[in-house]
Amino acid sequence: MRPQTRESQTIAPPAPAGATTGEAILLRAVAHAYGEVRTLDGLDLEVPAHGVVGLVGPSGCGKSTLLELICGLREPGSGSVAVGGETAAAARLARCAYMPQRDLLLSWYSAIDNAALALRNQGMRRAAARAAAGALFERFGLAGFEAARPDELSGGMRQRVAFLRTLIAGKPVLALDEPFASLDAITRAEMQEWLAGALRGEPRTVVLVTHDVEEALYLCDRVAVLSARPARVVAELRAPAPRAEDRAAAVTDAEFGAAREEALRALQQAMRGS
Amino acid sequence: MDDKATTRWGGIWRWVLPALFLVTLVGLWQLAASSGALADLFGLEDFLVPSPAEIAQALWENRSLLAENAWVTLREILLGILCALVVGIAFAVAMHFSGFVLRSAYPLVIASQTIPIVAVAPILVIWFGFGIVPKILVVALVCFFPITVATLNGLSSVDPEARKLMRTLYASRWQVFRRLSVPSALPYLFTGIKISIVFAPIGALFGEWVGASSGLGHQILQDNAQLETARLFAAVAILSAMGLALFGLAALAERRVVSWR
Repeated sequence: MRPQTRESQTIAPPAPAGATTGEAILLRAVAHAYGEVRTLDGLDLEVPAHGVVGLVGPSGCGKSTLLELICGLREPGSGSVAVGGETAAAARLARCAYMPQRDLLLSWYSAIDNAALALRNQGMRRAAARAAAGALFERFGLAGFEAARPDELSGGMRQRVAFLRTLIAGKPVLALDEPFASLDAITRAEMQEWLAGALRGEPRTVVLVTHDVEEALYLCDRVAVLSARPARVVAELRAPAPRAEDRAAAVTDAEFGAAREEALRALQQAMRGS
Repeated sequence: MDDKATTRWGGIWRWVLPALFLVTLVGLWQLAASSGALADLFGLEDFLVPSPAEIAQALWENRSLLAENAWVTLREILLGILCALVVGIAFAVAMHFSGFVLRSAYPLVIASQTIPIVAVAPILVIWFGFGIVPKILVVALVCFFPITVATLNGLSSVDPEARKLMRTLYASRWQVFRRLSVPSALPYLFTGIKISIVFAPIGALFGEWVGASSGLGHQILQDNAQLETARLFAAVAILSAMGLALFGLAALAERRVVSWR
C-alpha cells in the first residue's frame, strides 16, 4: 500500500490502488452514541467526488464525531459509512486526511518537517520529503518559513502549514474540522481565500466542519445544516459562487446574502430543536 | 537598554545573587565560629565547631584523600543513575504499551519507593559484599521511582488528538511512538533525572555507611568517630558540590536535547 519513493514533486495521491484525486462519500442512516449520549441518529449525507460539503450545526451536535466516522477513526453504532465505495474502517482511514481543530503542529519539528510528516511516515528520506514539501511551500505562500519552529509562526501561518500537512498526505478526501476557528476575522478571511485557491489548484473531496455560515457558503458547493443532538441533516443549501476568486465580491453579492439568511434561519430552527 | 543587555544582566544576577547569599552566610559562620561564640552557645569544645577557614584548610590538606573518596562516590552515583535510567525507561515503555504490564507492575514501582533504604542496604551488603555493587543498587533503587513515573507520565501526556492525526498521516505504532510520544516525554524524563540527581548522593552515602572501605560516606563515618569535624564538613561540601554540578549538567543536557522549549 505504501509507495517507497515518489518521483514527481507534485502531490498525486499515493495510497489505494486506482485512487483518483477525489472519492465520493456516502453515509446512510448513521447512528452513533457515546454511552447514553446519542450524538448522531438517522444521518444521511452524500458528497460527490471532488465535491466540497460544509457541515454547520449547533455546537456539540456531533460534527467532529461525524468527521472521525468518515475518516475511519470511529465506527458507527448502526448505518453505513462508505468512502470511495469502501466501508471498512482501515480502508476509510487510507483514503481520508484529517485536519483537527487545533493545528497540532509538533513543536520539535520545523514547519517543513511538520508538513512532510506523512511522507516521512511512508518511509521517504528526509531530504526527499523536504524537497517535495518545499515545492508546496513555494506555491502556497510559505516560502522562507521552511526552517521556522511552529512557535515562531503566526496563527494563520500555522494553519497553512497544518493544511499543507493534510494535503501532502495525498489522500483523496480531506476532513477539515473548524480549521480557522482560532483565527481573528481578518486572518480568517485571508485564509478562506487562500484555501479556496488551494482547492482550485488541488481539487479533492472535502468535508468542512465550521460554525461560520459565511465560511461554509464561500468555500463549499453545498452546506448541510445539522440538528441538535442526536444530529441529522435538516437542510441542504447550494452555495451561489463556491470558491470565487474575489471573496469580497462574492460574499457581498445579493444571492450570497440570501443564501446566508436562509442558512441562518435553518440553523436557528435546528438549534430550537425542530 | 536593549533586550540583549537586559537578558545579560538577568544572567549575571542569576549567579551573583546566590553567590552573595552564600558569601554572607559563610562570613557570618566564620565570625561566629572563630570568635568561639557558636561553641559557647552550644556548650561545646571549640574544635567541634570548625570555621569555614578551618574547613577550607582541611579540604586543602586532605585533598588527595578527599579526591580519591569523591571519585569512588561519584562512580557509585553515576552508575546507579545509569542503572535506574535503563531499567526505569524500559519499565515505563513496557507499561505504556501494555495495560497488562501497567496494572501488574505499577503497584510494585510505587512499592519500590516505600522500601526503607536503611533496612535494605545491610541486606544488599550481605548479598553482594563490600564492593561497589550494593552501593549502585541502593542509588538505583532511590532513582528508579522518579525516573519511571516521570517517563510514564510523559509518554501518556501525548494529546490523543495528535495521536489520531498521526494515524491519518500513515504513522505506524512505532512511528507514533518515535515521532510523537518520545519527544513529548523527554521534558518529563529530564525532570525525573533532575530529581534523581538530588536523591542519588544520599543513596550512595547510605550504601557506604552500611559497609564500605572507601568513598565519602565511609570517610564521613570515620571522621565522625575520630572527631575530625573540619574534614567531615569538607567531605560534605564536596558531596554538595558534586550534586550541584550533576544537576547543572542535567539542566544543560536538557536545554540541548529539548531545544524546542
